[in-house]
Order: sequence, then C-alpha cells, then structure tokens
Amino acid sequence: MLEIKDLHVKLADEDKQILKGVNLTVGQGQVHAIMGPNGSGKSTMSYVLSGKPGYEVTAGSALMDGSDLLGMAPEDRAAAGLFLAFQYPVEIPGVGNMTFLRTAVNSQRKKRGEAELSAAEFLKEIREKAKALKIDADMLKRPVNVGFSGGEKKRNEILQMAMLEPKMCVLDETDSGLDVDAMKLVAEGVNGLRDGKRSFLVITHYQRLLDHIQPDVVHIMADGRIVKSGGAELALEVENNGYADILKEVA
Amino acid sequence: MALAKIKQDAMQERLATLNMPKGAAWAMAARNDAVARLAKAGLPGRRDEYWKYTDPSSLVQTVAVPAAPFATDESPVFGQIDRLKIVFRDGVFDASASDDLSMEGIEIERLSDAVQMDIHWAKELYGVLEKNGQDPVARPLATLNTGFATDGVVIRVTGRPSKPVSLIYLHNQETSDAILHHVIRVEKGAALTLLENGPAAARFSKVLEVDVAEHGSFHHIRAQGRDHERRAVTHMFGRLGSDSLFKSFTLTANGVMTRNEVVLELTGDNGVANVAGAALGDGEFHHDDTVFITHDAVGCKSRQVFKKVLRNGATGVFQGKILVKSGAQKTDGYQISQALLLDGDSQFLAKPELEIYADDVICSHGSTSGEIDDDAMFYLRSRGVPEGIAQDLLTRAFLAEVIEEIDDPVIADDIQSRLESWLQRRG
Repeated sequence: MLEIKDLHVKLADEDKQILKGVNLTVGQGQVHAIMGPNGSGKSTMSYVLSGKPGYEVTAGSALMDGSDLLGMAPEDRAAAGLFLAFQYPVEIPGVGNMTFLRTAVNSQRKKRGEAELSAAEFLKEIREKAKALKIDADMLKRPVNVGFSGGEKKRNEILQMAMLEPKMCVLDETDSGLDVDAMKLVAEGVNGLRDGKRSFLVITHYQRLLDHIQPDVVHIMADGRIVKSGGAELALEVENNGYADILKEVA
Repeated sequence: MALAKIKQDAMQERLATLNMPKGAAWAMAARNDAVARLAKAGLPGRRDEYWKYTDPSSLVQTVAVPAAPFATDESPVFGQIDRLKIVFRDGVFDASASDDLSMEGIEIERLSDAVQMDIHWAKELYGVLEKNGQDPVARPLATLNTGFATDGVVIRVTGRPSKPVSLIYLHNQETSDAILHHVIRVEKGAALTLLENGPAAARFSKVLEVDVAEHGSFHHIRAQGRDHERRAVTHMFGRLGSDSLFKSFTLTANGVMTRNEVVLELTGDNGVANVAGAALGDGEFHHDDTVFITHDAVGCKSRQVFKKVLRNGATGVFQGKILVKSGAQKTDGYQISQALLLDGDSQFLAKPELEIYADDVICSHGSTSGEIDDDAMFYLRSRGVPEGIAQDLLTRAFLAEVIEEIDDPVIADDIQSRLESWLQRRG
C-alpha cells in the first residue's frame, strides 16, 4: 500500500535536514504505529506524504499502490486515497463544515471519474457518520473547526476520514489534547474504518492510543530515521522505559 | 488663493464641453452656484492629497474614454425582486422600459421635470447636501455634477412603499458620458429601499443626495456594472436625522476605474449609518472607496465594512474617515477595510482616519491586506479540493462578512450569486 524508501527531506528555505533516510512499508489492511521523541521527524513525514509546501525531498521515494506520491499535487494524493488527520486541524472562518466536506467528497469523486453525490445522498451519509462520532448538526453547520474544542476538532478529522473513505490513513498525533473519553471515541471511529483493506499509519507519542487502536507493527523514529521496528510490545517498552534505552541500544 | 493656471485651463476646457440644462430660478441658482464654487476649487488633479491613490485624469478629461458594453447572458441583477423600475440608457431616461412612477407612500419625478417647477421641495436639497459635503475636503466632481446633471430622479418618501425603487443604468453606446443627479427625501418615519445597478455609460458621474428625517430609514443596495472598460465617479451625500437609519451596500465587479465617495453626516441623536462594499477586480481595475462620516449628535453609531478581492495587477484604494465632533458623546464608530490579494501584482492602498473631539466615544478601525492563508489552502487541498476551487472557497469566506451587511436575504442571495459567477468566470 505505502512504500517509503530512503526518504531524505530538508526544509525548503533552510539548510536543515529533517528526514535522513526513512524506510517503511505498510501493507494493505495493516496498522503501523510510529513513535518517537519530539523533533524526530514524525510530523514532517506526514506532511511530506500529503504534499505540504515548505519541504524539499532530496532523495528517496514514496509510493502508494505503486504510484509516485511525491510527484502529485496534494489534492491528487487525496483523490488517490491518501488522508492525513492533522495534529492541529486548521480553522477556516467563513467556510461551512458541510460545504467543505461536500466539496471535498465530490472533488475526489469527480477526479476518480465517479458520480458526484447529490445533496440528499450526501446529507444522509454525513448524518449517519456524524452521529456515530457524536458530532451534532450545529458542528456540521459551523465554519470548519472554528470555535471547536480540541476534542471536537479531532472528531471532525475522523468524520472527514469516514466520509472520504481513503485507502491509506495517516494520523498525526490524533491523541494529543484529548481526554480519555474523547480518545476512545476517536479510536472507535478509526476502528470502525478498519476493514482489512484500508491501511493506517498512526503517529503518536504515547502508547495509550495503541491500547485502543491495536497496531500490527510499531516503529521507533529518531533523528530522521526508523531505528527500530517490532510488534505491539515495542510500544509497551517505550511506555515503561522511555526512549532512552532503545536509542542507546541502536546507537 | 488663486487657482493654479493649469487647473484653470483644465476646468475651462472641461466646462466648454458641457451645456447647463435650463430650469426654474432655484435650479439655475443651484447650478450657477456650483459653477462658481468650481471656479474656486478647480477639478481634481494628481497632486491633490485626496487623489493621492487614484489618478482622476480619465474622470476629468473633456471626452470620455470609449468603453465597450459588456455582453452577458446572465440574468440581470435584482431580476427576481418585485420593484419599481426606472431605466436610464446611457444616461437618458427610457420611458418605455420604465414602470409607471406612481406608488403608494412615495412621490417620484424626473429631475428634468422637477427643475422646471418654480416651487419644488427639491430646492432645499438639490446641491445643498453636496455643498455641505465640501468641507473639510473638496469634492469638485460632485460640484460639477450639480452644475451640469442632465437628469435623475427626485423622490419624496412619505410612507412605506410596498416595493423597492430600482434605478437601472444601461450602457449601449461606446462613447456615452452620463451625468445623473438624484435627490431623495425620506420623511419622518418613512422608509425606502433603493436599488441601483448597471454601468450606465462609458463614463458615469452620479450624485445621490439623501436626507433622512427622524425615525426614517433608507436602505441602499447597488451593483455597479460589470463592463470591463467603464469608468465611474459616484458621490452619495447623506444627512441623518435623529433615530434614523441609513444602510448602503455596493458590489463592484470589474470596471477599469471607479471612485465611490460616501459623505454622511449624523445630525440627530441615535442615528445609525452603515456603509459596506465588496469589490472584485482582475487586471485593469482601479477601485477607490472614499468615505467620510461625521458624527455631530449624541449616541449615533456608524459602521464601515469594505472588502476587496484583487488579482492580476488590480488596485484597491480605501480612504475612510470618522470625524466625531465635540458634542457627539456616546458615539460608536467602527471601520474595517480588507483586501485579499490573489497574487503579488495586485495592490491595496488604505488610509483609515479617526478624528475625535468628544471624550466619551468608542471608535475602532482596522485595515488588513493579505494573501490566501497557506495553512487553510493546504488543509483544503489535502482533502482533495483542487487549488482553484479551494481559492474560490476561501475568497467567498473572505467576502462572507461583508455580504452579511445586507439585511434582505433575497437581495443578499442575489449579490452572493454575482460573486459566485464572477469567481467562476474569473473576471
């Protein structure tokens, strides 16, 4: 599904290398977690995969279903099935959440040559999916993320994911700023989308989220590289001993 | 101070091309007074401070620059609204296209008829509010208009007419040069909604004098024509009595040169004056909103909200002033002007001013100019929204606040649909 090879990335307008050769393969239907200390490059990787300006790929490649992600415009990556749940979802005053989502869903469908959803079809679908995430009608009407609490913003991300039905979901610290109940709700949302085909890359600081979203593989990232990979037990090791031991071990 | 020779010459040249329409003594007195005032003030020039950001030469020169009428298959603005239509074609009243001018609660006459009457209420207003509005800043193009306007409407509102009055300015001739002048008196407790739309001419000079008596209300919505090459200088002079309401909104999409001046004076306590505008320009587009609101009574509110979307080298100008006179306590004044620059070639020039001589007032002003927010753009694109559509969404979002200034939802929808089609057409 996702195949990252020897990915090197620097900031576009600074001489600062952030990713220094990332190798990572996520198979279809798998859930991979990436953990790592602050500044290790986790978020940068999610941005580079989704096409955020400001980064320069100096070497390496990232393929999704065999097509070169890095050469595509962000909207084309989305239409091809990539989704990034933002660590800090952006507030967009003046654009209604519903308008935004319908535009997004139909833009993707159009790009893929599928029929666009009618207003009624869209409404029916979003109501069902919003209900499961405890998103009320008022949140759907309000401008995108404006005045949303931290938890509401994250739930709104998951709602977008549910509506857009991507193949490859990247969750960038979706657990940050959430209380236990909100985290459970978000995790349920994610688990509800696990259908054996859809793949996930879950970036997190804490093992806690992984109690709710069971990963197949856990990677530890440090200083722009994946330094260790293992099973779910690796996350527990981090939880108990922190990163220091692991980093020492691989140094 | 004597007028500089270069200004003298320019004015003489311009006046030589104009004929003063004949009328009753009061009208001729007002026109001759205007010409006398003009002889002192001269026409605006590039060096005038008030024209620092806008070159007046194409508005002043003797012959209008030709402008091709814009062919469109879109439905006309306000087409869905039940209204009393008054049509001017290239500045000439078109009786066959206009409705019957009679309606309950309102008296409507053509200016060219009213000025023939020896006794007419319009004597108290024609050129009077314009003249009041010359201090402290001269507005010679309005004075020229008072002197030479060929027609217009004279409206006295005594009740609450059942539908809006709609002035429609059609433009058919490439070289038309129109000067219209309207006078409106909203009597005590009366209410009028005035709609204006259309380019009017290759070059259009328009003065609107509005006197709103106590407890009266005046709503004004205008859509200036889309003709790319048209030029316009418009002035709106308003005088507000106590507890009166004055609300004006202008949409300007296209037009190579537009200068819209608004001069309002709150003369009675607890008056409310709101002026707003949305301007959309692509390429050869220069749009100037110049607003001067004077608070001269207690407890009045004024609000200015202006937004411009500019691209491909378009220029937007905003000069907005709130003057609070010494007795005007409890004034609440607000002013915001914002531009969204869709590329690096466009520019926005803003000069917000507050001048306050009372000590118990709230006045605020803000002005911003910026590009589309990168983070919002990336967020939308990351969800699959193509760049162009994302830009449109964010542009609409930028304009949403100013559309909210329109009270009537049907009119607001109509204006909104014009914005949409401009965005889709990209020009």
